[in-house]
Formats: sequence, structure tokens, C-alpha cells
Amino acid sequence: MKILVCISPVPDTTTKIAFSENDTQFNTQGVTMVINPYDEWYALVRALELKEADASNTLHLITVGKPDADAVIRKALALGGDEAIRIDTDSNDPYVIASQIAAYAKNENYDLILCGKETTDYNNGAVGAMLAEQLDVNYISFASKLDMNGTVAQVNREIDGGEQSVSCALPLVLSCQKGMAEARIPNMRGIMAARTKPLKVVAPVEVSALSQIVSYDLPAAKTGVKMFTIDQMDELVAALHNEAKVI
Amino acid sequence: MSVLVLVENIEGQFKKKSFELVQYANHIAQSLNTSTTALVLGDSSAAEMEQLGLYGAQKVLHVSDSRLNNLCGKAYNKAILAAIENTAAQIIVCPHDTVGKSVAPQIASKLKAALVTGAISYPDLQNGFVVKRNVFAGKAFAQVALNTDKKVITLLANSFPVQKTGNPASVEALNVSFTDADFGIQILSTQKVSGEIPLAEAELVVSGGRGLKGPENWGVIEDLASALGAAKACSRPVADAHWRPHHEHVGQTGGTIRPNLYIAIGISGAIQHLAGVNGSKTIVVVNKDPEAPFF
Ligand SMILES: Cc1cc2nc3c(=O)[nH]c(=O)nc-3n(C[C@H](O)[C@H](O)[C@H](O)COP(=O)(O)OP(=O)(O)OC[C@H]3O[C@@H](n4cnc5c(N)ncnc54)[C@H](O)[C@@H]3O)c2cc1C
Ligand SMILES: Nc1ncnc2c1ncn2[C@@H]1O[C@H](COP(=O)(O)O)[C@@H](O)[C@H]1O
Repeated sequence: MKILVCISPVPDTTTKIAFSENDTQFNTQGVTMVINPYDEWYALVRALELKEADASNTLHLITVGKPDADAVIRKALALGGDEAIRIDTDSNDPYVIASQIAAYAKNENYDLILCGKETTDYNNGAVGAMLAEQLDVNYISFASKLDMNGTVAQVNREIDGGEQSVSCALPLVLSCQKGMAEARIPNMRGIMAARTKPLKVVAPVEVSALSQIVSYDLPAAKTGVKMFTIDQMDELVAALHNEAKVI
Repeated sequence: MSVLVLVENIEGQFKKKSFELVQYANHIAQSLNTSTTALVLGDSSAAEMEQLGLYGAQKVLHVSDSRLNNLCGKAYNKAILAAIENTAAQIIVCPHDTVGKSVAPQIASKLKAALVTGAISYPDLQNGFVVKRNVFAGKAFAQVALNTDKKVITLLANSFPVQKTGNPASVEALNVSFTDADFGIQILSTQKVSGEIPLAEAELVVSGGRGLKGPENWGVIEDLASALGAAKACSRPVADAHWRPHHEHVGQTGGTIRPNLYIAIGISGAIQHLAGVNGSKTIVVVNKDPEAPFF
């Protein structure tokens, strides 16, 4: 089985969000990039487990990003995987990202493509679904469990108000979330091995963005925190009822 | 030209989330001088579907095939594309839920239409077609310009109040011929969390964190939630420790919610937690530490 994991570099979750150029650009100054948590903890680790269970599985990692993404992809390779591909362009339009990955994946015949459920920066949650559509394969979103039964995948997915077990023959694109696997920490051997693993840089195909972020803004600063002590519960209830009007 | 809105079909019935969607779609339709069609996939009754008219749908298209009672990507894509063709829809509105998030990007990609997920505003038509959404897990907002003729939007629930304005809609059947390949995803079993208020659309939420010390103390959360008619949530360490199920976890790596009232009990309010809840209108924090990050 040939597996592809889509790895998105994102700002570290503790990053202070700020904008520049008249609030039209995300200010990346001093920002540390990490692997999108869903891609790392769930998609990649589950793919590694599948490879550990059957050494004949091939595992590729792909990132659409500029050279500054290399550090992130090496970090992913330190967890495992046979080779990495970086498509040398960047965009915050999910259609562009999905089209780039699809253009590469078309010639590679992956059996299983794993994405995260969304990136923690732009939160589009769209790349996996678009990729499936462009490759004309089935897509299962919000997967929390994946087991292989020959060439049939058994997946648990989140649905509104519950969970569902489904099965689907490969090829397949999955978006992964909590439950798929437990986070891992790379060890020294992995970090050393990652240095010599192939990282292929591929030229992007021509695709135009369909959407564009024209400006950003930050939520209004918190207004007045009101403190109530344990013997003021009636006052709290009154404030919620009369002032906030939420109960 | 028209606006098509996919509603959430819950065992043949429609709830507030769908009414809000129809109302949102019709608001856009009115600003563009066109009409709104609601699309229902799977089993439902005419009496139920007509109700969508009260919130602004002039027409309801119904693809009645029991196999559509569960999400199956390719079949859903085919049905939605057929409805788009039938109504010459330029704008497609979907719920920002597990179904909408799964199908909307596939439809957008197929149509080469610009997509905005988790919209929280009506489009601003003054400068093209610009929609506001959360980015950086709620830590900022972005104004997204959709630069294609066709546009796909998923609407974050609880973004707008729901009002009854219209009359019952006419319901039309839409025939779509499916093949076996459209149902490549087979449903083996479904576990619904029964008797609970779905978190994503709840107006009141009671949430517990590590301060509760253990799952045996969740009685107070349950009692308060049931007294208020609120949904239950939790912080990530609580779900990680299996004190509570995964679907209750809110924050940067869990669900994003925006209820009217969020009650956080024994939760410190770490930045990653806030990311999922800071769209709440009012937050009550029960904490013994007056310096907790929440404050
Ligand atoms: C990449 C990444 C992603 C993350 N994503 C998420 C996420 O999505 N959601 C999330 O929640 N976290 C997330 N976290 C974890 C986050 O950083 C915090 O560790 C977590 O939110 C803390 O959970 P907590 O508030 O329940 O626990 P704690 O921080 O331990 O807080 C417990 C609180 O309870 C209070 N308390 C204790 N006893 C009592 C008492 N008797 N009465 C009243 N109050 C009491 C304490 O004062 C304290 O404020 C993420 C972290 C990382 C690194
Ligand atoms: N630049 C990227 N390179 C590779 N994969 C990506 C990229 N952006 C997003 N993805 C994948 O698509 C998933 C969903 O991303 P998004 O649609 O941007 O929220 C992520 O979890 C990744 O698995």
C-alpha cells in the first residue's frame, strides 16, 4: 500500500497573532512554525503505525510551501516516513493547495491519502475534500479510527451528534482528528535518519486562487470582568438574567 | 441565477440550524434580487419540508432516496450538483457541520467556485463579495473575497437570529440516478449520543476542566447542564484522560462554539482553550484562582 500524508506548516499554537501592511498580511516575524497538530498527531502517527504493521507499505509526506517549510518537513520525517515532497509555492486559498497536491498525486497512485481535519491557522478544513474530488476518489471526513482489512478501510467518523463506523475500498482520502493515534515525540535516531532522507522539491503547476483574504482584524478587547464571590450567587444569576440576558 | 441552500436533515426533521441557514440564504438572495431554493437529501415529509418556506425558501427540492439518510460523499456531490443545475444556482450555502464541511469543498472544487467555510457575516456586496470568518482558531477574523461567479459558503451556526417571515414552500421532487459507485462508503453502524443537546449549536454550554479532579465529580456539571437545558463540553486534558468523550472537547484542537452563555468550571482558560470558546457572548468562569488566564 502506498500512503501519502499531507503536512501543513502552521504557527506554533502559543503564537501571538498580529498583522502587518495595513492588516492585510499575517505578521510572521518571530513566529515558530510547527507541524499542524492534526497532521502530526493523528494523520502521520496513524500512517507510521500502518507502516510498522506492514513494512511493505510506502509512506510519503507532502507539503505545499516555500523553502522555510523544510524545517517542518524534516521534523515530520524525524517521526518517520520514506521520503518527503515539497511543492515550491504557497497560498492560503485551499483550492490552490489541493490542486498542487492533486497534480503530484495523480501520477503516484496513492492508495491512501491522510490529511488533518483542518489547519490551526486558516481553519479551512477544505484541502482533503478538494483533493478527493480532484482525484475522483472517496472522501471520509473527521476520522477518529482507521483499520485496514486487505484493501478495504474500516473507519470511524464523527457525525453530528455521534459517531459512525463505515467501510470503503481504497483508494481513499481521509481527514483525521482525535482518536486516530496518540502523539509521539521524535527520538535521536529518527532525527539523525531524517537528515539523509530524500526531500524532493517539485515545481508548482499553474493554478489561480479563487478566493483572497483582503484584510484581517482582531476581536475587540475583553470588556469588564465582573467578580462574584461564593456568597453572591443570586447576584450572578441576576446579572446573567437582567444584564447579559442569556438565561 | 438563484441561491441554493443545503439543510440538515435530522431523521426527516429540521431544526434551528436549518432555519438559520435558509434565512441566511434568503437574505443573500434578496440582496441579489433572486430566489432561494432549499435542498433536502434523504427521507422527509412534505409537511416538514414546507416549513422551510417560513424562513425564506420559495421552493424545496427533495432528493428522496433512503441511502442519502447518511452522508456518502460521491452521492451527495451528485445530488447537489443536480440541484445546482436544476436551479441555475450561483450561490450555494451549506451548514458548517460534519456534512457541510465534507461536501462544500468538493462542490466548490468541482465547480471551480470560491469557497468560504465557517462564515459569520452576510456577504459585503459593496466591494465584490466579501465574507467574514474566524481564522487562527478564533483568535482573529479574516475578510475573504470570493472572486468567481459561483460561490460556496458554509455558515457557522448561531451567527444570526432566526425569524419567521415567509409562507410554506412548494416542494418538488428531484430525480437523480445514482450508481453503486456513488455509494462506495458503506455504513456499518451508527452510535448517536442520545438525549443530549448537540454542542455545536447549543445556546448554553456548561464545561468542565481539570479543576474537577476526576470523572466521578462530573455530577455537578450534568446537574447544572440539565437544569439549564445546556450542552456539555470539556477542556482537552479532560478528554485526553478519557474523563469525558472526545466530542465534548472544545478549543484549538477540538470544537469551536459560540453559545450565548459559556460556563467554564475548573478550566484555566489557556490560549488554546480560548480559541474554541471566545466567540461566546457571555462567559462565566468558576475558578478558585483569580489570576487564571480566563480573567
Ligand atoms: C498544540 C496544543 C493544542 C491544544 N488544544 C487545546 C484545546 O483544543 N482545548 C483545550 O482545552 N486545551 C488545549 N490545549 C491544552 C491547553 O494548553 C491547556 O493545557 C488546557 O486547556 C488546560 O486544561 P484545564 O483548564 O482543564 O486544566 P488546568 O490548566 O489544569 O486548569 C484547571 C483550573 O481549575 C482550577 N481549579 C482547581 N481546583 C478548583 C476548585 N476546587 N474550584 C474551582 N477551580 C478550581 C484551577 O485554578 C485552574 O485554573 C492545547 C495545547 C497545545 C500545546
Ligand atoms: N500547505 C499545505 N501542504 C500540505 N498539506 C496541506 C497544506 N495545507 C493544508 N494541508 C492539508 O489539508 C488539511 C486541511 O487543511 P485546510 O483545508 O487548510 O484546513 C491539513 O490538515 C493538511 O493535512
